[in-house]
Amino acid sequence: MLMTIIPLAMLMVSVAIALNLWRLAMGPSLPDRILALDTMYVNAIALLILYGIYQGSPLYFEAALLIAVMGFVGTVALSKYLLRGDIIE
Amino acid sequence: MENFSAIEGVVALLILSGASFALIGSIGLIRLPDFYMRLHGPAKATTLGVGGVLLASMLFFSTRGDGISLHELLVTLFLFITAPVSAHIVAKAALHIKLPYIERTRGKPWQ
Amino acid sequence: MNRSTPTQPADKRHLQAARSARRWLPHPALSAFMWVLWLLMVNEFSAGHIVLGAILAWLIPFLTHSFWPEATTLRKPLLATRFVLLVLWDIVVANVILALRVLGPMKKLQPAFMTLPLDIKEDFTITLLASTISLTPGTVSADLSADRSALLIHVLHVDDIDASVTELKQRYETPLKEIFECS
Repeated sequence: MLMTIIPLAMLMVSVAIALNLWRLAMGPSLPDRILALDTMYVNAIALLILYGIYQGSPLYFEAALLIAVMGFVGTVALSKYLLRGDIIE
Repeated sequence: MENFSAIEGVVALLILSGASFALIGSIGLIRLPDFYMRLHGPAKATTLGVGGVLLASMLFFSTRGDGISLHELLVTLFLFITAPVSAHIVAKAALHIKLPYIERTRGKPWQ
Repeated sequence: MNRSTPTQPADKRHLQAARSARRWLPHPALSAFMWVLWLLMVNEFSAGHIVLGAILAWLIPFLTHSFWPEATTLRKPLLATRFVLLVLWDIVVANVILALRVLGPMKKLQPAFMTLPLDIKEDFTITLLASTISLTPGTVSADLSADRSALLIHVLHVDDIDASVTELKQRYETPLKEIFECS
């Protein structure tokens, strides 16, 4: 059963990422694009974990953890740039 | 065998609901009319969606017989701590550059 | 240097012992948290990793304790557990409601900015409250006023702003205040 459910779930998450890409391209403002990127990395984590379950391998977890850490730092750095016009003060 | 398929059912349910929430969050990102409303999708739905998928992964790898696997909890915890923070800071940046909001919004942000 | 002479009264010796324990283990809660994090990260509960994790969990807060803000004390652990469970439940409910609103008609949504006056004062508690508000039904905290006396909150759909603010205060701020600050 799982082997049919997981590709379905992966399809749903992929559609979600495609929608995020659309918002990323459309804008209309910079915070919108930051938000789209933020959502996209969270969805990428979901996709990666799903793939890990599908393959039955826990190896992909480390990559998911790295994406989580880097994505958060990226979001904060971009917002900080908007707030102050500078990332490191 | 009976026991195993029950666990499989729970894993499938968690995966499906998680993926649905992630999809709904992204649909919200497209459909909602202004930036401040779009903020609600990623801050809640997507985070819970990934939380569900990670919970499913935890259950799946723990019941395979290689000992329990709890490290997914780490990503879940991290996401639940960082999602509100990033939503807050993006909102703050949007307020800073005075991004417009739709007219029927009641109340005003501070100047 | 902490050797106390027998002539000292017992309570003073107690105080000194507590102070020296504080110097050697500046953040017990942080240390415990880091230990659990380490064990989760290696995903292996062998004796070697338990010891290594304990050493790291002691050493890192000890070396960096001057960078950490003053620790907040957890006053009511039982109430804290209840609060966490309440928030987790609210997150699930929030998402079902949000899903219905996102998929429903857009015209009916009535967004609003509202101001939540804060009774709590400590940074850590305010952070917790803001995060809780962002994760639960229909609300995202957007800004904190410069004098830390109010939070700006954006709501996706609200009928009665005042009632909503009162409910948020009752549901989340009151327990947080009881858990972390003396009331």
